[in-house]
Amino acid sequence: MLDLRVNDAAHQVDAPPEMPLVWVLRDLIGLRGTKFGCGIGACGACIVHLDGQAVRACITTAAEAHGKAITTIEGLAGAHGDHSLQRAWKQVNAPQCGYCQPGQLMQAAALLAQTPKPTDEQITSAMAGNICRCGAYQRIKAAIKIAAGEAE
Amino acid sequence: MDAIKNLSRRGMLRGGVASGFVLGFHVAGYNPIFSAAAAGRDAILAPNVYVAVNLSGRISITIHRSEMGTGIKTSLAQALADELDAQWSDIEIIQAQGDEKYGDQNTDGSRSVTQFLLPLRRAGAAARQMLVAAAAQRWKVLPAKCRTQAGVVIGPQAPQRLRYGELVEAAMRLPVPAPESLILKPSKDWRYIGKPLPVVDLDDIVHGKAVYGIDFTLPGMKYASIERPPVYGATLKSYDAKAALATPGVERVVEIPVASLPAGFRPLGGVAVIASNTWAAEQGRQQLEMEWDEGPNGSFDTDAYYKELVATAGKPGRVMRHNGDVDAALAGAAKRISADYFVPHLAHAMMEPEAAVAQVTNGACEVWTATQNPQQARKTVAEALGVDPANVTINVTLLGGGFGRKSKPDYVGEAAVLANMIGAPVKVTWTREDDIKHDYFHAACANHLEAGLDSDGKTVAWLHRSVFPSIATTFKPDVTYGAQGEMDQGVVDLPYDIANVRCENGPAKAHIRIGWYRSVYNIPHGFAVGSFVDELAAAAGKDPVAHILELLGEPRKVDLRAMGVNYGNYGASLDDYPIDTARHRAVVELAAERAGWGSKLPPRSGFGIAVHRSFLTYVAVVARVAVDVRGNASVQRIDMAVDCGQVLNPDRVTAQFEGAAVMGLGNTMFSSLTFKNGQAQQTNFGDYLVARMDSTPETRVHIVPSDAPPGGVGEPGVPPVSAAICNAIYAATGRRIRTLPVDPQELAVM
Repeated sequence: MLDLRVNDAAHQVDAPPEMPLVWVLRDLIGLRGTKFGCGIGACGACIVHLDGQAVRACITTAAEAHGKAITTIEGLAGAHGDHSLQRAWKQVNAPQCGYCQPGQLMQAAALLAQTPKPTDEQITSAMAGNICRCGAYQRIKAAIKIAAGEAE
Repeated sequence: MDAIKNLSRRGMLRGGVASGFVLGFHVAGYNPIFSAAAAGRDAILAPNVYVAVNLSGRISITIHRSEMGTGIKTSLAQALADELDAQWSDIEIIQAQGDEKYGDQNTDGSRSVTQFLLPLRRAGAAARQMLVAAAAQRWKVLPAKCRTQAGVVIGPQAPQRLRYGELVEAAMRLPVPAPESLILKPSKDWRYIGKPLPVVDLDDIVHGKAVYGIDFTLPGMKYASIERPPVYGATLKSYDAKAALATPGVERVVEIPVASLPAGFRPLGGVAVIASNTWAAEQGRQQLEMEWDEGPNGSFDTDAYYKELVATAGKPGRVMRHNGDVDAALAGAAKRISADYFVPHLAHAMMEPEAAVAQVTNGACEVWTATQNPQQARKTVAEALGVDPANVTINVTLLGGGFGRKSKPDYVGEAAVLANMIGAPVKVTWTREDDIKHDYFHAACANHLEAGLDSDGKTVAWLHRSVFPSIATTFKPDVTYGAQGEMDQGVVDLPYDIANVRCENGPAKAHIRIGWYRSVYNIPHGFAVGSFVDELAAAAGKDPVAHILELLGEPRKVDLRAMGVNYGNYGASLDDYPIDTARHRAVVELAAERAGWGSKLPPRSGFGIAVHRSFLTYVAVVARVAVDVRGNASVQRIDMAVDCGQVLNPDRVTAQFEGAAVMGLGNTMFSSLTFKNGQAQQTNFGDYLVARMDSTPETRVHIVPSDAPPGGVGEPGVPPVSAAICNAIYAATGRRIRTLPVDPQELAVM
């Protein structure tokens, strides 16, 4: 049994230590907001935070997540309501199919936590690891800029 | 349109139901979701399969097309709610199960609004008229003296006001209005049609609560991962499951019979590992020892195959359109040019891979899945299980992208077969490698073009020959030529005013499953025609925009039927949707103007333009591209001018074209599939490259205001993008890109 702390809740899971966190979250804990996209860390659909750092849950093992604070899309909104990024996402109608958006939001949240006022280049560079096949990049970028402005 | 017909009599005869007014679209059938009324639990007004109003005034709108990111679930509801004059907050949207009673549910071909805007408006109007009639009866006034406003009927004398919910019991006893008696709102009264409403799933999406096929679960559900034939048509000689069964979490290993060729929509077959979670199933699958007979496609190699397509395009083919005398005009031309263009096989690679959950109980199968085509999924499951389609229920989740892949329900069949075999609910989840290796691939396509110019630089002859494996190869044996509908996509529908035109199609075999991918054969054809037109401008020494307008000629309707072409026009009538070059001209002029066409750019930068009509919509794209000395082209801005006729939700329409620019850019700059020994050489996003934020330019979508009937929106943005980008590369560098994706080595100067 492995102890994991996800969105401030304790979970005991019967997972082998090498099991990727994405499947621990989705199949064992039942938090399916974190999406599977590629399994090789190439698309960003599964991004979650470990102690505030963005990681790809498909190439992060359960053992690596043990002892760390895991935050998923389900825990992105805080006690005071939506994250500024979630509000901005809705303001610009960023999603199309929406499938990659949890990973996009988690990556963007990690970016803003570290760089509250990112330049265009910093946004592009931080987000280039997240694929959106619908091609919502322009609106995702606009939403990140709105959220960054809101943080002023 | 007389699509709506009253089915109440048939419904009563068949089911003995008392609700009495079922208004069906296209086909017979009683909607089980309304049988609650018959049982007398909740009285609801349900005049057709799309809408129901209950006693509290809550309105259920059933949307039968699949939501894969276009916003269709919200947009079609807007149309119905508007004619019902409902309060948007009173509405709940229900995703329809797969059932013929809804009419066509195959969400592809960019047809949802084209086909269903009017029927759904009429569905809403029918309910509204019944509510008004009920109020009028109560007040003993003429219905024409009553009006509605946001869920309330208002009579001629104050304080005559009744909420819809208060009228349901009376309205449901009234006859459903005859189709010819339905009165639709004039456009000035629209509240939702033409408005940029946010999609109803937006809040769920940003909180990770939206449920896609891969997210659905059932109690006691098992997880499956399937090792499929490594080559299309390979057969299983033997397998050893000992090591797989010893993997922790693995419970069973079962064989699914391999599909014979062509496989159509049927599961490919293979060996499935059943486990307690997805990862355990995949781990067990890696331990399978398999021996395959690779079959007839084991030597398929795209190095040779792509050359063969190009060679075939150099030879005469089947003539699909012929005006004038092309050979004589070419022979007599002052200048002749020719060019060959090539687009490789591509994969859909939507972000949510194929996934389905199925459960079989007492011979009845219920499925939850992300499918574009729930009726075909129902048929595929019924055939796979050998049961009547009536015993198959297909529930449609949200789709994490589709782009045509999820119109093919092979993965749904897999889940059903496995659930039936193991006697427990099963979720089948494809890996990304499964998704790319076992796609229904976008066809590779070679295009050969020749033209003759007269001494004024006017094009007098045009020869276009296209060669590609047809999608029909996936469904029928011995198909060698393309289908009419495939040549309709950007070859025979050439809108230019050229006296001598010949369009031909050459033969090609398929060695993999070929399928439709967002805008389909318009991708290679839009690239070839859009590029060649630009080559003609250069040959004539003309500005590309002025040259396109000159080639389009005087505004006119291109009458392909009169030319003897059996043109399908995307299933729409040519009376309602002619090929109208005035609309081509308007989008060309708009895109050029908004892009600042002709303004001075730095060295190794350029503008490129292309225009293309597909799915009944006209799109012109201007791309601005800069190319560095190492040959890296970056697209700096895209302007898209769009005439898609009437617009239902302008924000979602804009989003579709923004997305099409990105997908078109990915097709142009990055994506390519090659095969060796029958197997795809690119299998994940590390080697199958797609557009990312760092390659995405500022994209501006300019929609032409129009009262014309609605055209398609999901696909038609893609086809002109490749040519616009490559024409801009030519303007920047003087070098022509004729093979996609763009190879920077061709553009490097150091």
